Amino acid sequence: MPAITREEVAHLARLSRLDLSDDELGHYADQLDVILGSVARVSEAVQKLGQGQDIPPTSHALPLVNVTRPDVERPCLDPADVLRAAPAAQDQRFRVPRILGED
Amino acid sequence: MAFDGDLTRSTAAALAAAIKNGDVTSTEVTQAHLDRIAKVDEKVHAFLHVDTEGALAQAAEVDAKRDRGEALGPLAGVPLALKDVFTTKGIPTTCGSKILEGWIPPYDATVTRRLREADIVILGKTNMDEFAMGSSTENSAYGATHNPWDLTRIPGGSGGGSSASLAAFEAPLAIGTDTGGSIRQPASVTGTVGVKPTYGGVSRYGLVAFSSSLDQGGPCARTVLDAALLHAAIAGHDPMDSTSIDLPVPDVVAAAQLANIEGMRIGVVKQFDGEGYQAGVLTRFHEAVQTLRDLGATVVEIDCPSFEYALSAYYLIAPSECSSNLARFDAMRYGLRVGDDGVNGVEEVMALTREAGFGPEVKRRIMLGTYALSSGYYDAYYGSAQQVRTLIMRDFDRAFADVDALVSPTTPTTAFKIGERVDDPMAMYLADLCTIPTNLAGNAGMSVPVGLAPEDGLPVGLQIIAPAMADDRLYRVGAAVEAAMNTKWGHPLIEEVPSL
Repeated sequence: MPAITREEVAHLARLSRLDLSDDELGHYADQLDVILGSVARVSEAVQKLGQGQDIPPTSHALPLVNVTRPDVERPCLDPADVLRAAPAAQDQRFRVPRILGED
Repeated sequence: MAFDGDLTRSTAAALAAAIKNGDVTSTEVTQAHLDRIAKVDEKVHAFLHVDTEGALAQAAEVDAKRDRGEALGPLAGVPLALKDVFTTKGIPTTCGSKILEGWIPPYDATVTRRLREADIVILGKTNMDEFAMGSSTENSAYGATHNPWDLTRIPGGSGGGSSASLAAFEAPLAIGTDTGGSIRQPASVTGTVGVKPTYGGVSRYGLVAFSSSLDQGGPCARTVLDAALLHAAIAGHDPMDSTSIDLPVPDVVAAAQLANIEGMRIGVVKQFDGEGYQAGVLTRFHEAVQTLRDLGATVVEIDCPSFEYALSAYYLIAPSECSSNLARFDAMRYGLRVGDDGVNGVEEVMALTREAGFGPEVKRRIMLGTYALSSGYYDAYYGSAQQVRTLIMRDFDRAFADVDALVSPTTPTTAFKIGERVDDPMAMYLADLCTIPTNLAGNAGMSVPVGLAPEDGLPVGLQIIAPAMADDRLYRVGAAVEAAMNTKWGHPLIEEVPSL
């Protein structure tokens, strides 16, 4: 049984905001299946190398917490520079597509 | 006294000294490299953007400073190629992606700012796999970069533009980023030097994020000393990056100048040898290990069983972080926007834009990461990968309790043919087999050339790994190996690159 089906890829594409074509769905389903089949070895590694111990997860190599810097005023980006890079701008704001439904 | 020799074949250290002495101006050095780019980049395609005007203006400023008698920094006036993943105010930054085509960042990355402050002349932005995802630079939306050793082959990736620019003598210095090997693997396959500093050693502010817990900027050069000088210029604490380490930068320049490994204990990673490795890569690697012994180091074998699972853990952790980081490309504040016809809603515009703007590898990794983080799969995939990361860090801790540094081949094969692995993601991923553990553990790694594989005449790299914040050891070992190899060959390996 494949690790991932075409329907699941379509669901992932929706979650990822990717408007995939039908061809891409099939293509990625095949490829993701191979990749997931291979990387699933991580569970086996934990069992084999962990020797029954509880292995804590590591999300980051540095044990840093609550890094702050002094809250001082400093110059910010120039709004004109920022808006020049925007796909659409209006009245010194980003213009965005419709964000609410018709009804 | 005039500068003796070809400016584009010189080391950065020699160019800086010549500029300081007044033997040559930064303008002359910069122009020589711009001319070289104009002559050969059509074949190599290392650059996505050449900033002729900006580079010459920066060079003129350095020359004016010297004329005024102002003190110049160790690399003042020397040109550099910057990977197109660092923001540059007023200069396009694309990350090799269509989604950022034409984007002009409103700010400089900390690395960019430090380069400017060190009076290092930025020639332009180099090609890369889209958002630094890849091992061949074929995933660039703007076409592949070609390896100067053999134009039909890949220059490594994701920083193939940076490594190729060095091997093609288009720049004496370059900046790369290394998330799973993207500095070291390109260095290895182009016969150049590349360093992934300790995670947190070089600021990530303004480095467009792929996998935040793994990404690290670092120096690329043709010699170990040049890499050390560049490392010193860009490293150090930055309050703008919360993961930046607030400790003094190890003295990498002194270590490169010392170049002596007598009495050091060096471990050979047992897992990175044998089956799956090209014969000529192993030949040169084993010779390099013998060189370490000849230079007075004690060499022992080190067992790191978890490293066999590092690639699998990486291809869950990196895509997971990528799926989150790349959510920022939402077509609202910068970059491409597709389908904004007044009818489509915001989510449709996002999906149409991301579909049009991202290439296949980026889409693959976003979906892989989204899957690995889904409830129901999280424990088996992302959770287990994080546990493997713990096991890898423990293996490194055990190793570094015994040895000062570890070595392995940098990559299992020499440069492969362009097109050979594009349809086989798993084969492509294997290029980073030996470099990934270092990213997962956050320690430091270097690749230094150790010869050409007998069967194909292509460069082979030795990987050196040192504990976190002991980056100086990389340079000590790397410089010693480099000196021994240069003596053996009678010249630096890079002189054997075919003329373009």
